[in-house]
Amino acid sequence: MSQIGIFEIVGPIMVGPSSSHTAGAVRLGYASRQILGVRLQEADIYLHGSFAATYWGHRTDIALIAGLLGMRMDDPSIPKAVEKAHAAGLTYQFQETDLGDVHPNSVRLILRGEGEAVTIEGASIGGGRIRIFRVDGFEVSCDGTYTTLISRHRDEPGVISEITRVLGEMQINIAFMQVSRVKRGSDALLVAQTDDPISSEVRHRVEQVRGVQQVRTLSRF
Amino acid sequence: MELANAAALLALCEAENKTIPEAVIEYEHIRSGVDPAAIRQQMHGTLAVMRESVAKGLADPGTYAHLAKGYGQKVREAGQQKRLIGDPQLQRITMYSLGVAQHNASLGRIAACPTAGSCGVVPGALLATAGQKETDERLVDALFTAAGIGTISAAQGPISGAEGGCQAECGVASAMAAGSLMYLMGGTNAQIFDAASLALQNLLGLVCDPIASLVEVPCITRNACAAANAVMCADMAAAGIPAVVPFDETVNALKLIGRSMPDSLRETSKGGLAATPTGRRLNNELNQTHRL
Repeated sequence: MSQIGIFEIVGPIMVGPSSSHTAGAVRLGYASRQILGVRLQEADIYLHGSFAATYWGHRTDIALIAGLLGMRMDDPSIPKAVEKAHAAGLTYQFQETDLGDVHPNSVRLILRGEGEAVTIEGASIGGGRIRIFRVDGFEVSCDGTYTTLISRHRDEPGVISEITRVLGEMQINIAFMQVSRVKRGSDALLVAQTDDPISSEVRHRVEQVRGVQQVRTLSRF
Repeated sequence: MELANAAALLALCEAENKTIPEAVIEYEHIRSGVDPAAIRQQMHGTLAVMRESVAKGLADPGTYAHLAKGYGQKVREAGQQKRLIGDPQLQRITMYSLGVAQHNASLGRIAACPTAGSCGVVPGALLATAGQKETDERLVDALFTAAGIGTISAAQGPISGAEGGCQAECGVASAMAAGSLMYLMGGTNAQIFDAASLALQNLLGLVCDPIASLVEVPCITRNACAAANAVMCADMAAAGIPAVVPFDETVNALKLIGRSMPDSLRETSKGGLAATPTGRRLNNELNQTHRL
């Protein structure tokens, strides 16, 4: 068991009322916005389980919007998120849904902007901590505690070794890595959580790897 | 180095002649690799947020809260009009803890301690009694003491209402507050954990039964109860009243009580006050008004 940090006990600093339903929701929005990587214009938000049952009381809806606008969980302007979304031209809709056998505090976010789109599913797992468990239908596991590179590529030999070679060359150490695919020979997703930040230069070099179709990044936060 | 239980921490402090805050800072330094000075600095930041949440909580009419409106303000006003029976210090404890907990419910910025639902307890007890008298350095040491007690609790038992009921949130917060006050009162390390154990013992069995799944009723007033309890227990420990059951055993009792609590009393809003006719009525009303 990893040791508990004292600022997880006296802290975190957050906007209330609930670390799992509010602070965690802000962080899910924040991470998802980063993964989309371009200016967010439209968000379809599907709330599952306890999120669906209690969002109105814990303001999970406002918290998700705040995160999607780039606010952190201690941002005092979180209560103004809806007005800020209108001002920023972000349109959104909420729906209650059943995402199946997933964590009770889960959400599916379909985000669109500047011709790009991404579908992210994540959960708020307590104390403001989150876990993103699906990106565009691929199983992943990342939580924003490491810089994360998410690359979509053709499922064929050599692509992964080439990506890791590029990262190695750029002095980026991979702490955790996973690869998933929907079926053999179609598209695959690589998720690398790294000890070092990923610059736009690194990202650009990974994009140049043969077979790589799309690269997304999530900074540690 | 571990903060796994109180017995080990007391033994370590005894062997190395350390105070509890010193040991807690060392633990965090070894765990995180962060420089001790930076750790102290971060706790100063936490203290500042607690102060801010008291001030804002007392000014906050509860705009974004559903049920709890202006609790801190009401107590302050009633106190100014000499309508209350408690002495000025008890009034401060009550209004500070209510103010912070209601600020949390109203989308205000707070320091969770150990949780958002129990965020009013430590600032309420600590700042209402010692906020004016003590230096910030000493208050920060008191918060490290609270952090040590909370970390030890979390290492051995639940600190969420969903897992252990309100005893795991307000109960643990009260233990953290009582120990931190005992530290400021110059108590021995053993007395600090006596105060913490007494505070937790008084709140064992407390269920988590929030109306309409909100963090408002009874959460906010229970914060005030746990804050006042902390002050009382620090006084009892200072007077020499023993905890009898050591802190670690009390935390274990909390854990076992939490396990034997039915699901309906662990933050599901299916039992207790949430299931009273009034609780159900409010839930139905709010649910209809606020759903998408």
